[in-house]
Amino acid sequence: MKKSWPILVVDDEDVMCESMAAWLREDGYRVDTASNGQQAVELAKVADYAICFVDLKMPGGMDGIETMMEIHRVRPDASVIIITAYATVDTAIQAMKEGAQEYIVKPCNPQEISMLVSRILKLKKLQSENAILRKKLTRQYRHHDIITKNPRMEEILALTQEIASLRSTVLIHGESGTGKELVARAVHYSGSRAEKPFIVVSCAALTETLLESELFGYEKGAFTGANGQSKGKFELADGGTLFLDEIGDISPKLQADLLRVLQERRFYRVGGTEEVQVDVRIIAATNKNLAQEVQQGRFREDLYYRLNVIEIRLPALRERREDVPLLAEHFVNRISSELGRDVHGIAPAALRVLIAHDWPGNVRELENVIERAIVTCRNGMLDEQDFSWLQHAGPQQAWEIPDVPLGELERRAIVAALERKHGNVKEASASLGIDRSTLYDKLKRYEIAH
Amino acid sequence: MNAFYLVAIGKVPDKVWEWIEDTATEWFPLPVRRLPPLSIPDSAYDGKRKQYQSVEIMKLVAQNAPRDASRVLGVTDVDLSIPMLSFLFGQAQLDGTVAIVSLCRLQQEFYGLPARDDVLRERLTKEVLHEMGHTFGLVHCPEQKCAMSLSTHIGMVDTKSEQYCSRCSLQIAERFASQDGGV
Repeated sequence: MKKSWPILVVDDEDVMCESMAAWLREDGYRVDTASNGQQAVELAKVADYAICFVDLKMPGGMDGIETMMEIHRVRPDASVIIITAYATVDTAIQAMKEGAQEYIVKPCNPQEISMLVSRILKLKKLQSENAILRKKLTRQYRHHDIITKNPRMEEILALTQEIASLRSTVLIHGESGTGKELVARAVHYSGSRAEKPFIVVSCAALTETLLESELFGYEKGAFTGANGQSKGKFELADGGTLFLDEIGDISPKLQADLLRVLQERRFYRVGGTEEVQVDVRIIAATNKNLAQEVQQGRFREDLYYRLNVIEIRLPALRERREDVPLLAEHFVNRISSELGRDVHGIAPAALRVLIAHDWPGNVRELENVIERAIVTCRNGMLDEQDFSWLQHAGPQQAWEIPDVPLGELERRAIVAALERKHGNVKEASASLGIDRSTLYDKLKRYEIAH
Repeated sequence: MNAFYLVAIGKVPDKVWEWIEDTATEWFPLPVRRLPPLSIPDSAYDGKRKQYQSVEIMKLVAQNAPRDASRVLGVTDVDLSIPMLSFLFGQAQLDGTVAIVSLCRLQQEFYGLPARDDVLRERLTKEVLHEMGHTFGLVHCPEQKCAMSLSTHIGMVDTKSEQYCSRCSLQIAERFASQDGGV
């Protein structure tokens, strides 16, 4: 770690520069020295110094504070430590105001310098790791996780790049499992907000009251158990993007509140009297036909138009069957490596089964199916046999269907899935081929206790 | 064969040389020789701080190094410092020839305690190994017990052991084993 962080010592006295440099070199750092401000700035143009020790008083030319400001112009991330033998509060305050990280009075205790250097470099290391992780995350969502050769999906991907840096609201339509959140992330991580938070709220998973405090936060005493002030998702997403999944499920009151935030970009925390202002981009998603919901009076028309500034309609997987082999291959590689299984491909006959399937649960269902097949696979290649259960469970199978309304059938399927999975909502939603938020929505709708 | 020279700068008790010779013989396969003592130049004294400038003393030792010196270790009883730091236990040229060690802050008397030879010997051994290690190109070791770990106060000197860790030992051994190891 140390060798990758060069240090610069700037002082007009050679003995000060060289002795300090020698002491730091014993600690393994690469250290350069400069005898005046101009020389220091020239060196900083070439080397990315993590720390610059700069003497405050340097006769002739730039003094320490000027040198620090010039170094910061060429190396904004360099931490400058001002050194002086003339300790006055005024100079200390001026140096800190102008951007010095620290201010030390020579001579210092060796332990003081050693701890200071190590503290600054630890922080630099964390910052650098954070930047690397952010870059990785951005790359991942920009390029790797949306796999397609379907022309409609390619158009959608091109659109996500075009709209990435806008602030306009986006409404994503698509069946469960089509990758609405993935597309929302692609929009966020491709644009100017990529460095800021991407916050997800699943509107169907929470009751009206919970969702309200979740979105807008609350003040101490706003309700029983509100022991302190808490920021809501809007505040947490400030500068970034708030992804509202299953927006079609929010109550009329929340629809009104949300409309107000979208119009005014400000809101009150629950129980609060002070307005909070935020800069948040909203991306909403739904698997419902919102236009129809508007016609039927279940969704506010004004909110619908506020949300639907840019509309993205994701095709179901059965409408992009050409992507099934690509996606299946991708999931085989990823899941087999995650599970530590030596499975390296899918036989052509097995692929034909996958392409022919209708995928009501879309890409998420395909992912679950591949995972199940990998777990039970006995050789290094997934073959037709590994998906035989899928064929049997498919629409071709002749079922004995009771003479009940469609909704009742759905209700029974959910209850059965929950029973099979011992009440585990995550597992039940996976086996039903729908996401958790959709299952929560249906549990609410059918009043199923869980 | 090049030698490991020891030189006093100012007054150094005889017992100290025996201790250092024992340490040198154990760790460095070089003949150990003594040089006549050197007087501290007035220019090295910083009246304001009542300390001696380490850089000046390093220069003095370097100027008096014999041609066949593999390493020269200067030992002094005065308190050392550099402009930036309030004190030093010793100093060395990283991957160079010269190192110095001060007895001043290794003695119990400096901390207002009765003199103890065993403590002084132990601390001196650690600092000799430390500064000599720097001349062999070693930087501070993260292993706290290793003689090459950084000591910024006497407590840290007391915490480490009178030997190098296996990684630092190996690096020194490799220097001696190589043809152009600078020894």
